Amino acid sequence: MLGTRELEINLGPQHPSTHGVLRVKLKLDGETIVESDPVIGYLHRGCEKLGENRNYIQTEVYTDRMDYIAAINENLVYIEAVERLLGVEAPPRAQYMRVILAEFQRIASHLVWLATHALDIGAMSVFLYCFREREEILDLIEGYCGARLTTNAVRTGGMRLDFPEGWLGSAKAFCDEFPVRLKEYDTLLKTNRIWMGRTKDIGVITGERALAYGLTGPCLRASGVNYDVRKAMPYEVYSEIEFDVPLGSVGDTYDRYLVRLEEMRQSRLIILQAMEKMPQGPVMNKVPKRIKPPAGEVYVVNEGPRGELGVYLVSDGTDTAARCRFKSPCFVNLQALPELAKGHMVADIVALIGTLDIVLGCIDR
Amino acid sequence: MATTEPPEENGSVEQAPTSAALDRLLATMPDAVEHSEFQRGAPIVRIAPARLLEAMTFLRDDPACRFDLLSSLCGMDLSLTRTDGPRFDVVYHLYSVEHRHVLTVKIAVAEEQEAPSVTGIWVTANWHEREAYDMFGIGFAGHPDLRRILMPDGFDAFPLRKDFPLEGREKDHGCWRRPEDDDRYTYVAQAPEK
Repeated sequence: MLGTRELEINLGPQHPSTHGVLRVKLKLDGETIVESDPVIGYLHRGCEKLGENRNYIQTEVYTDRMDYIAAINENLVYIEAVERLLGVEAPPRAQYMRVILAEFQRIASHLVWLATHALDIGAMSVFLYCFREREEILDLIEGYCGARLTTNAVRTGGMRLDFPEGWLGSAKAFCDEFPVRLKEYDTLLKTNRIWMGRTKDIGVITGERALAYGLTGPCLRASGVNYDVRKAMPYEVYSEIEFDVPLGSVGDTYDRYLVRLEEMRQSRLIILQAMEKMPQGPVMNKVPKRIKPPAGEVYVVNEGPRGELGVYLVSDGTDTAARCRFKSPCFVNLQALPELAKGHMVADIVALIGTLDIVLGCIDR
Repeated sequence: MATTEPPEENGSVEQAPTSAALDRLLATMPDAVEHSEFQRGAPIVRIAPARLLEAMTFLRDDPACRFDLLSSLCGMDLSLTRTDGPRFDVVYHLYSVEHRHVLTVKIAVAEEQEAPSVTGIWVTANWHEREAYDMFGIGFAGHPDLRRILMPDGFDAFPLRKDFPLEGREKDHGCWRRPEDDDRYTYVAQAPEK
């Protein structure tokens, strides 16, 4: 008679499909996952401690090192928190610029997600196509702020500079081309039986459970809960822009794919509207050289590509925050992995890590 | 002591801010609320630690509040500013998908005390509380699995406390090094001498 026993194995931390340095302790019964325990912290740099020991201007450069795939969104939420503390606002043109850049960054981030997710599951060509498009967006971002990843693009009180000459033209050209490309990926994947088989009904989570787990962003909306910070608590000029929030119905990996794909289309529409509505004018308001907000606290949330990005700042009246807390959506979303993975095959853990769209820099801070 | 109004003028808020959820909480359990205020338009309420679970359950389940999303939970070290009271605060940021409103809840926790765990109310609190324990050493009574999350398991100090030194290698830090110990990853949790 053969004995059976559970097998414990490590996935990561040095494994390409874990998207960084994530380690998952898996307990397997044959090929079925019984338990999984994500182990994080390999990339912990103490961004919160830094934020409490450097002044507000110095801390901004750390924000784009957190979620390095979507740096502008991280910059934006931190700067918004500082602005709220300080009681200043960006001029209208700067607000539109922020929306345009943030949405471009969202598309770029979703493209990286789609590329790596497809690669993990076994669709190599999508990976190459997506990175071609992302390259164009990174060129645009580089054309504005000179950096591709560590952007540091937003300033307290507005933007440092206006868009350079010809930038809006290139942005428009990209938006015109983009839907065709997106259709291409969709066709590539939807006609791929392996893709459909490996995403449909994998990692189902109900809306109620997703909320209890604190999931936000596309992971929550794929389960049918309508919560998008851009609609619920509009910041910048999102209230003046028309767009739809795609919702899923089943809450599986395939729904999360559909939601993110539609979000890219919506982001493109937002960019086009914002470019049309953008008024002329200054891009920077008067802000004191040394930022010393009055004592008090503020918690600001933004819709990042991965979910609700939060910054909790407590000022004690000096130029350094008394408490600087970064709420990371990836950190919260990853927590649901054991529940999603339970009962699935060991090969699905790769698809599930991909579908949560984690960035370890954002998780560990 | 419960205070409903007037809300404090703070920041660039023009109208006096209101919060239906805060009013509801004050009306239902006024004795649990130690203090309430508005800061830059956002309602903040301080609750007696002993009544936290009761108040949080109410905030999640009451139809007028319905805070179904625990957006963030974090610790805070107030040893530099609040010298006469408990050392830590635990701050909860709540959001309601249905009503689209927010509430910040705070409790005070002394160094040797434990805060009640809200994992039974929101599952998401699990990792947040582990992080608060990891960074500040705040204990959470009733937490199912309270261990370090970001720092290595053998780490014996709490990095986000205000007295955590900013310079020097861990190995050379006399105050955290047992004399007989040569392992750079072993620490003794002791506040450094100023």
